[in-house]
Amino acid sequence: MEGADYCVIAADTRLSVGYSIYTRDYSKICKLADKCVMASSGFQGDLKALQKNLAAKHLIYQHQHNKQMSCPAMAQLLSNTLYYKRFFPYYTFNILGGLDSDEKGCVFTYDAVGSYERVGYSAHGTGAGLIIPVLDNQLKSPSPLLLPAKDAVTPLSEMEAVDLVKDVFASATERDIYTGDKVEILVINASGIRQELMELRKD
Amino acid sequence: MFRNQYDTDVTTWSPAGRLFQVEYAMEAVKQGAAAVGLRSTSHVVLATVNKAASDLSSHQRKVFKIDDHIGVAIAGLTADGRVLSRYLRNECINHSFVYESPLPVSRLVVRLADKAQVCTQRSWKRPYGVGLLVAGLDETGAHLYYNCPSGNYFEYQAFAIGSRSQAAKTFMERRFEAFNGYSRDELIKDALFAIKETLQGEKLTSSICTVAVVGIGEPFHMLDQKIIQEVIDSIEIKEDDAAAATAAADQAPMQEEDKSSEAAPMDI
Repeated sequence: MEGADYCVIAADTRLSVGYSIYTRDYSKICKLADKCVMASSGFQGDLKALQKNLAAKHLIYQHQHNKQMSCPAMAQLLSNTLYYKRFFPYYTFNILGGLDSDEKGCVFTYDAVGSYERVGYSAHGTGAGLIIPVLDNQLKSPSPLLLPAKDAVTPLSEMEAVDLVKDVFASATERDIYTGDKVEILVINASGIRQELMELRKD
Repeated sequence: MFRNQYDTDVTTWSPAGRLFQVEYAMEAVKQGAAAVGLRSTSHVVLATVNKAASDLSSHQRKVFKIDDHIGVAIAGLTADGRVLSRYLRNECINHSFVYESPLPVSRLVVRLADKAQVCTQRSWKRPYGVGLLVAGLDETGAHLYYNCPSGNYFEYQAFAIGSRSQAAKTFMERRFEAFNGYSRDELIKDALFAIKETLQGEKLTSSICTVAVVGIGEPFHMLDQKIIQEVIDSIEIKEDDAAAATAAADQAPMQEEDKSSEAAPMDI
């Protein structure tokens, strides 16, 4: 979710197939640029390939422009990269988070073929159905249909936002079999990226 | 080198077995502004002279970062150098993507040399008019290579290319045996000394040169102007001290001669 000057992005660390767990310690989050982080649910093999693809493209950008890519620029790049494989898609549901050029938090949410939107908060994966209603309730995001357009930035402070994320993952773990083990929380703000690991129920 | 009837095409051999177009391309390198490279066992330093075309324009970029572990300095047609740098960067990125490890320097220079060779054997192409000093670090250690427009490449302990590079080469020939044991800072100092030799009397300031370093634990990067100026100042203080010492030594024997001439008449 995005705040006035921070962005929080979180993913659990369980890798599972069917009713089995492959590993309890798998990171689904990838740092693409100084102030831009991507997390995805879905097929992790495609996620690895997508991350490598974006990292290579980012390196080329840095060579050409002598600076890091901004989060909105990376958002467009990710969308184009996903649509490039429209007829054999990356099976990933991505969320891009970071700070935009004005140092404000930004969150972009994607589907598997690159349709994207800047939002105040988002969730993907098996636990999304349990998480999004809670976020809707807590963050009171204005409807995108309202005119004049209202800012989706949450009024929560950084500490409150991180606590909300922890609560929300703990709740999802209770009912969703695929969510659990640990949650990796990344907070991106002006001073950099901070990582936190929180234990979840292991069943 | 004079014009002759065998130098129009790169695909025409001369009776003496020479490809003149390739040799002319190497001449282009000799006309470019100087670039030097020095290598120790753990670090490689590249330094170039950056002349601006006029006071109004910016300096020509002659040092390019290719990857975290490789950089190049060019002399000659800088446009060709820019294009080749883009090629080298792509090769490194592709290798990292497939093998998840940095491209070894020796393999990179071979690919560059093969690319240059192609241009010496096609009638619709011309050789690249740029020489590249490739500095890099890989599992086998620190390396410095020189890539010619002819498609040849050699590994060096230290080398200089471009105009008046012979002065730098002579300077380094006297000292290269010690380079392997040099510390990073000593290497940078000698690189600047070598650049100074190519300037033949012109004042060396940090605004007309670029210095870049790559080493163990140190990704390729260009040094800040301030740091370069500090090293230049320390070189100059040493030289001033040495000059003052020799001047004082000159004066001392003169004084002794005066005394002895005074003594001589008294002896008689």
